[in-house]
Amino acid sequence: MITTTHIWQALEEVKDPELPLVSVVEMGIVRDVQLAAGSVHIKMTPTFSGCPALDVMQRDIAAKVRALGFTQVTVETVLHPPWTSDWIADSAREKLQQLGITPPIRHGGNLIPIAFLDVATCPRCGSTNTILKNTFGPTLCKSVWYCHECQDGFEQFKAL
Amino acid sequence: MNTNHQTALAQKLLFLADDELILAHRNSEWTGHGPILEEDIAFTNIALDEMGHAATWHRLRQELTGEDVDTAVFFRDPAAYRNVQLVELPHGDWAFSMLRQYLFDVYELVHLAQLATSSYRPLAEAAAKIRVEEIYHLRHTAAWVTRLGLGTAESHQRMQTTLDTLWPYAQQLFVNLPEDEALGEMGMAVSPSSLLEEWQHLTTTHLTQANLIIPTNHMPPTTDRADHTDHLTSLLAEMQSVARQYPTAVW
Repeated sequence: MITTTHIWQALEEVKDPELPLVSVVEMGIVRDVQLAAGSVHIKMTPTFSGCPALDVMQRDIAAKVRALGFTQVTVETVLHPPWTSDWIADSAREKLQQLGITPPIRHGGNLIPIAFLDVATCPRCGSTNTILKNTFGPTLCKSVWYCHECQDGFEQFKAL
Repeated sequence: MNTNHQTALAQKLLFLADDELILAHRNSEWTGHGPILEEDIAFTNIALDEMGHAATWHRLRQELTGEDVDTAVFFRDPAAYRNVQLVELPHGDWAFSMLRQYLFDVYELVHLAQLATSSYRPLAEAAAKIRVEEIYHLRHTAAWVTRLGLGTAESHQRMQTTLDTLWPYAQQLFVNLPEDEALGEMGMAVSPSSLLEEWQHLTTTHLTQANLIIPTNHMPPTTDRADHTDHLTSLLAEMQSVARQYPTAVW
C-alpha cells in the first residue's frame, strides 16, 4: 500500500534541472501531496516565476508519481504563499555549497535589507572579503560574486 | 462579481500582461548584443523574468475569459494589444534600455504593492509573488542609472537625452481608464493616477542624485492603450512569425 510518505520519498529523487544535486522537495518547490481514491494531486510553487525549468520540473514530478503505479496524477502550480529561499532545507544548503554556490541568507520575511546586503561568504575558502559583480548570474536565481582571497568568481543563490 | 466587473478585471490583466510581454521582447533583443558578457546575461535574465510575469497575468486572464494564452500572445493583431507605448519603442542604446527598464521597475514596485492588497485573491497572490522578484530588477537598473548619469560626459548626455524622450511616455502608465472605476468599486485595483505621486517621488530623488534634470513635459503622447506606434507592428511581426507560419507546431 503506497502512502503519501512514499510519494514524498520518491519526489526526493526529482532533481532541480539547474541544480542537479538538489531535489524539488529540499528546495521547497513541492508544497503538498494529496492521495485519494487512487489519484494523486500535487501542489508545486515556482521559485522565480520566470524560471525556465518549471515545465521540466512539473513533467518530472508527474512522471515520478506515475512510475509508482498511479494513473491519475495532477500537478497544480500555486503562487500562494510565495516561495521563499528560507524554505531551502539544510541538506540542500550543504549541497549548494558543494556545487560552489553560496546558499542564500535566511531573512525570516525581511527580504529588502538582505537583497541589498553586499556580503556573501566564499563557498571555497569561507572568506567574506568578497564583492558583488552582478545581481543576475547565469540563471535567474543566482548572483555573481568575486572572492578577493581566492581571486576567483563564485555564485550565490539569491535570497527571495 | 458581475459581468461588468469581470470584463474590467480581464482588461486590467491584459494591460499588465501586455506591458510585461512587450518590454520582455524588446529587452530580449539585447541577447547576444549586450555591451559586456555579464550584462548580456543579466539583462537576458531580466527579460526572462518579465516574460514569466506576463505569462502569470495571462494565465489569470485565461481563467476569466477562457482565451488560450498562446492564442492571445501569438494570434492577436497589434490593434488588439493594450500595452503602453513606452514599452514598444525600439531598444535604442544601452542608456535607453536601462532607463526605460528603471522607470518601469519603479512603477511596478509601487503598483504591485497596491495590487498585493487586491480583493481578487488570485491577483493579490500573483502581485505578492512578483513584487519580491522585482526588487532585484530595480537594484540592477537603479545602479545603471547612477553609473551612466554620473559617468562620462557622453554617458551623462545620452542619459539626459533619453530621459527627455522617455519621461512623457512613462506618464501614460498613470492614466486612468474606463475600467478603473469598476475595479476601484470592488477593491480589486487602485486607479493608476493614485500611484503617480510615489513614483514621481522615487524616480525624481534617484534621477536627481544621478545629476539628471527632470523634464518639464508631463504630457503622455496618448492616453489610449489601443493607440500604438508603428514599432509595435514590426515587433509583433517578428515575435509572432513562427507561430503563425506553423500554427500546429508543438515543441
